[in-house]
Amino acid sequence: MLKDITFGQYFPGDSIIHKLDPRMKLILIIAYIVLLFVADGLFSLLIGASMVVVFYALSKLPWKLVIKCIKPIMPIILFTAVLNIFFVEGDPIFEWWIISISGKGVLTAVLMCIRIICLIAGSSLLTYTTTPIALTDGLERLMKPLQKIKVPVHELSMMMTIALRFIPTLIDETQKIMAAQKARGADMESGNVIEKAKALIPILIPLFVSAFRRADELALAMECRCYHGGEGRTRMKQLKLTAKDWAAALFVLCGYAAVILMNVYGPEVFRL
Amino acid sequence: MAESIIKTEGLSYVYSAGTPYEHRAIDDINIDIEKGSFVGLIGHTGSGKSTLIQHLNGLIKPTAGKVYVGGEDIWENPKDIRKFRFKVGLVFQYPEHQLFEETVYKDIAFGPKNMGLSENDINRRVREAAKHTGLTEEYLEKSPFELSGGEKRRVAIAGVLAMQPEVLILDEPTAGLDPKGREFILSEIKTYHERTGATIILVSHSMEDVARFASHVLIMNHSKVAMYGETREVFKRVDELCEMGLEVPQISRVFAKLREKGIDVPESVLTVAEAKEAVLKLLEKGGEANA
Repeated sequence: MLKDITFGQYFPGDSIIHKLDPRMKLILIIAYIVLLFVADGLFSLLIGASMVVVFYALSKLPWKLVIKCIKPIMPIILFTAVLNIFFVEGDPIFEWWIISISGKGVLTAVLMCIRIICLIAGSSLLTYTTTPIALTDGLERLMKPLQKIKVPVHELSMMMTIALRFIPTLIDETQKIMAAQKARGADMESGNVIEKAKALIPILIPLFVSAFRRADELALAMECRCYHGGEGRTRMKQLKLTAKDWAAALFVLCGYAAVILMNVYGPEVFRL
Repeated sequence: MAESIIKTEGLSYVYSAGTPYEHRAIDDINIDIEKGSFVGLIGHTGSGKSTLIQHLNGLIKPTAGKVYVGGEDIWENPKDIRKFRFKVGLVFQYPEHQLFEETVYKDIAFGPKNMGLSENDINRRVREAAKHTGLTEEYLEKSPFELSGGEKRRVAIAGVLAMQPEVLILDEPTAGLDPKGREFILSEIKTYHERTGATIILVSHSMEDVARFASHVLIMNHSKVAMYGETREVFKRVDELCEMGLEVPQISRVFAKLREKGIDVPESVLTVAEAKEAVLKLLEKGGEANA
């Protein structure tokens, strides 16, 4: 049950996508998300969708991972679709009682659904193919210019690394504490909402206590190893942009060109 | 044979079945624990001890096989599983990490409260459990978070004792304590055993402790039961135990070596006190022979 919250978990592999520089992957994924919103018609959006399909094919990940990442946001997709179908105004194509559905509403709903699915699939691909450590490393490098305006970039990325590192530990801990309280007869399944919330107290308090204890111990251990922040810190893994990275950038750039061409010269049907 | 309190039949459990991480934690466990016995449970880390004990009070549902407590199949009616958790008290490793209440009293009362007892009963049980674990009145109103590690552990154990379980299972209750703390906890458990006649299952890495207290020993190896029997009988099998990479009590090993050298000492010596007797007897005999 608790394992389901690992939305976007690293999936080890050896593909070209896995080997891309995390900085490039981050930039490209942001570019890709923007692209999804630049596309203003069904055909240009399909170009965007086919890009994420190509990426997944290159990454050699099992296709069921796509379904796995879409599943948790299914309610949001459905909600968006329903809202758009019923509430976007336009020439009605279907009318019954107080319900009226316009062609524009249906189109908006379809486009929004494709957008959300591509968006989640794309960003999940990033976390599927990049270790959390590489990801924060990439983020730190990308945000480095912000140091000039006194943003504590290194500290932020260190905090992120630590948080990511301790998620599995805390899940483990939660399960242990839950078992221990159940052994004392704690009842977590029955009762109304308030009773259920109350039943969490015996789990949350020990969890907080242990999280603070761990934080204390970790801080001490880091100080023992002379950690003094980011200044003058060298890296074990140097990030280097290679031909692969530029090829990927070129691919996304071509995607942009195709989408913009489609926006300008494409057929006039299925447009917003 | 005495009445059986816990019995398992073909008990197996597989973690993460159907994934590449599949792991068979326990495999076809058949044990029958007598009422009132004191069982020492020994095995390497990862041999399935912790998984096994969590089956005995229904925290884990077995993949296959059955668990009987007092003759009843505990999973016959899954809704009633809590009943068995009160019958079979389980003290986890480092139990002090589960304390959460404002006062020691309230924390110990958590179990009895879940049982739905009256205030009076709860009060009586909390005080009894506190007494069993050597916690005096003044502790009861303190916050559990201001106590020392050893004291916290006593509070946590009292929290399980207060449910007055028929079977008490403890997973390495002395881990991380100093010698004085260890001795205290162990003698507490022994007193509880003697006073209430409850069945005890003690998971431990210390052969000495098991030899001193346990009437029976259960050895787990590679997810299976390797040996189960009376302490004396099990510790006679020095060679087999060593093959599994387990120790026997140091003193038993010394006496096994003495026997190898052809010195006539008893086969199963478990404690230093017994060893003393044996040596004195031998010296007496030797003295007579010389005379």
